[in-house]
Amino acid sequence: MSHDHDHPHDKAHGRDFDEGPPSEYEIMSRAMQELLEAKGVITAEQIRRRMEQFEQDFPERGAKVIAHAWADTEFRKRLLEDGKAACAEFGLDLEADRLIAVENTPQVHNVIVCTLCSCYPRALLGMPPTWYKSENYRKRVVREPRAVLREFGTVIPDDVAVRVHDSNADMRYVVVPMRPAGTEGWSEEKLASLITRDSLVGVTVPSA
Amino acid sequence: MKVSAYTDAPARRFHVGERVRVKRSFPPGHRRTPYYIRGKQGVVERVCGTFLNPEELAYGFDGKPERVLYRVRFGQKEVWPDYAGPERDWIEVEIYEHWLEKA
Repeated sequence: MSHDHDHPHDKAHGRDFDEGPPSEYEIMSRAMQELLEAKGVITAEQIRRRMEQFEQDFPERGAKVIAHAWADTEFRKRLLEDGKAACAEFGLDLEADRLIAVENTPQVHNVIVCTLCSCYPRALLGMPPTWYKSENYRKRVVREPRAVLREFGTVIPDDVAVRVHDSNADMRYVVVPMRPAGTEGWSEEKLASLITRDSLVGVTVPSA
Repeated sequence: MKVSAYTDAPARRFHVGERVRVKRSFPPGHRRTPYYIRGKQGVVERVCGTFLNPEELAYGFDGKPERVLYRVRFGQKEVWPDYAGPERDWIEVEIYEHWLEKA
């Protein structure tokens, strides 16, 4: 495998899998997994199942919660007041995630980042996308959010404030996008089909 | 047990709406205060609660005493003097109490 360029800033989160030799953290993680399996604490099947949940089950949760918030004004208020409590009421256990929901309005557009690593509401949205973990996104979206959003095809007019949230400590964030015009009377299931992961991080806005 | 994003923080030094400054300090070790926000002034947006101190947890200590965590709102022009966007753009960052002082 060719490996002809250096990655001076690579840390545990910043690199692609299978690119070059495993990092110290990958080796530690693998060794820990093998030990736990050997001692019968967890099985390979449990780990596989958990990864499958991160990839398949959890991402769907985000769209369902937001579609419900679009359809039910009182629920939306409770979601904005206390994201974790509202999700629990909706039947979702967010485990360790302490969720803050932030609402897009005609005056404010929200976008989420974790500048220090890649904190992300995994129990609601699954695994973070690669770009979310990239140094490029993490460094630039705090400093020039409008330019970064334009690269995602999202142009925020100057009369709409851009509000960046650095998920740098104990809280996790989800954006509540504006419900697109022309969706009056839609079922929650149909509404959920409009809601993408990227729109819940705030780099895009849903459209009908 | 009540499920909530927030925990109680009865004995806290700052209140919502108060102007605060992030300490301009550069101690070694695992810190959850990003460099770009150190020394900047903002306004407390909300109180998240008390949490085990991640700067201690990172080294295998028990993280006690717990620290109060705030979300602080900063104008982008305050954070980046050459910020190119509109005046009203802002950024919100989670800051532990021991990193904050009255502005």
